[in-house]
Amino acid sequence: MRHSLRLPRLLLNLAIAFMALFILGPLIWLAAHAFVSDWHYPNFYPSGFTFHWWSRVFLDSALSTAMRNSLIISPIVVLCSMVICLPAAYAVGRINFWGRRAFMIGIFSANSFPKIGLFAAIATLYYSLNLMGTFVGVVIIQLLGTIIYMTWIPAAAFAAVPRNLEEAARDAGANKFTVFRTITLRMAMPGILVAIVMSFLAAFDEAQGTYLVGAPSIFTMPTEMYSLVQNYPIQVAAVFSLLLTLPSVLLLSLARKHIMGGQLAEGFQLK
Amino acid sequence: MMSEKSGFGLELRGLRKTLGGRLIIDDLNLSVADGEMISLLGPSGCGKTTTLRMIAGFLAPDAGQIVLAGKDVTELGPDKRPSAMVFQNYALWPHMSAAKNVAYPLKIKGLTKVEIKERVEAALELVNLLHHKDSRPGQISGGEQQRVALARALVQEPDVLLLDEPLSNLDAKLREKVREDIRELQRRLKITTVIVTHDQEEALSISDRVAVMNSGRIEQFSTPQELYRRPATEYVATFIGSLNYFDGKLVGDRVVSGPGVVGIRPEDVIIMPAGSAGSYPGTVELVIPRGHFFEVVVLREDGRFRIFTNDNIPQIGESVHLQIKKALHYENGHLVE
Repeated sequence: MRHSLRLPRLLLNLAIAFMALFILGPLIWLAAHAFVSDWHYPNFYPSGFTFHWWSRVFLDSALSTAMRNSLIISPIVVLCSMVICLPAAYAVGRINFWGRRAFMIGIFSANSFPKIGLFAAIATLYYSLNLMGTFVGVVIIQLLGTIIYMTWIPAAAFAAVPRNLEEAARDAGANKFTVFRTITLRMAMPGILVAIVMSFLAAFDEAQGTYLVGAPSIFTMPTEMYSLVQNYPIQVAAVFSLLLTLPSVLLLSLARKHIMGGQLAEGFQLK
Repeated sequence: MMSEKSGFGLELRGLRKTLGGRLIIDDLNLSVADGEMISLLGPSGCGKTTTLRMIAGFLAPDAGQIVLAGKDVTELGPDKRPSAMVFQNYALWPHMSAAKNVAYPLKIKGLTKVEIKERVEAALELVNLLHHKDSRPGQISGGEQQRVALARALVQEPDVLLLDEPLSNLDAKLREKVREDIRELQRRLKITTVIVTHDQEEALSISDRVAVMNSGRIEQFSTPQELYRRPATEYVATFIGSLNYFDGKLVGDRVVSGPGVVGIRPEDVIIMPAGSAGSYPGTVELVIPRGHFFEVVVLREDGRFRIFTNDNIPQIGESVHLQIKKALHYENGHLVE
């Protein structure tokens, strides 16, 4: 048995190494370029190490405005999405109403078409509503991409809370609202956290619609990338790209700690 | 088991419940004395769980009244009722430690932190789990989880304690011990207690009285001894314990044809040597050692008898006479004296 296991093990390790290179390679390339003054073929080594590109990004008014816009708009989008979608998710997860399946599949199928066509149609609507180039317009556009995460994931989380855990709380003297707050919401929280992370990333990374609706008055980090790639040295783009990946990495590592660990991994002793 | 307080701990008057177009509970009446421990016993689908859920307040009856400790609670939600329930799968909150689970009802009541800590520790002490107070449900065994659930119910100082199949999720060895522990605790605290179970041994050994349920009605509500010795209906007689069961009636030591049915407990038959005066012989078919007694199967012309005995163990094939000490006669399903 030992011998026969050795070859698959080697292949597995090779596959993992390849995957790591595939995923991390571009990031390593970006990280390297963010800190070098110049690095071009045929030079094997970069010509020098520098923080110059970082200061350039943070001092450039267009770039720092884009960063500020992104960091303001994305949280607002997530909050709006929570307010709109979480009650719907609860209803879908817990109440068996007519058209429930159609509703869920409808939300899903809206995401299965190319968005650019949808955005073009929205743009004409925006002109008549004077939302073009406005903050609200950008928030709404980004909101669209978060809806699927903020309904599907929390709906599953709400549905998975065992009813008798709520009954036990009712029996212990809690009214319906307290039961929701202390038991249902608390137990659905890991799912909601995942939805928040996914929604934030979806909003933060949204470029097509934001560009169409926001430009030229509102730029976020992803839409600023368009002009960045064309108009700035490649090292500036590298710095900016790293900044763009930062929230994903931070959020996912935070989420991992809160969602994977703790009581949920211990499993419920429930039927 | 009556305490000083007079009156009933629990009264159900004319309860009726239809679920999904099916009549589950039909005109159910039950009076449980204050401090008494009773079982609702019956096969699955007999309505015992539905009854318990109506007492707890999770289901509203279509008709009838529920009175807990002298107070009509029919219209109250489960949070306003003076009852506490231990769920079949314990229903502990997995995100809270044992102590937090037990503290929850007290927090809801708005007790001070000091009071809560004191009462939580007392409750956990009562079920011998103080050492696990900081463990979460996922980290302790099923038996320990059940004790936490029991502590969570007792800490509320309920007028009525409701236990839904409390032993069904425990392994056989633990079951007997937990059964005794629950009984001892209930006696000490004198809490009116209702247990739902499908296990007759559990019901008979733990309860002051047992209500045997069958398709939404109570067939008989009496002490375990009474239930076994004088089953009021044919259903109860066949449901509780073993029974030799024949069409007809018993005349002398013989079953003769007649309108009703006759039931004979296996231990109510004495095996005698054949050939004595007026004997009616039968042949021993099987002798099975069953630990503290023997099971003997005897075939006679009027039927096949199963006998539990410790004396006069016959040989297989031997001809014997059976003397019947006691028989239960039923007509139209009801006991006739």
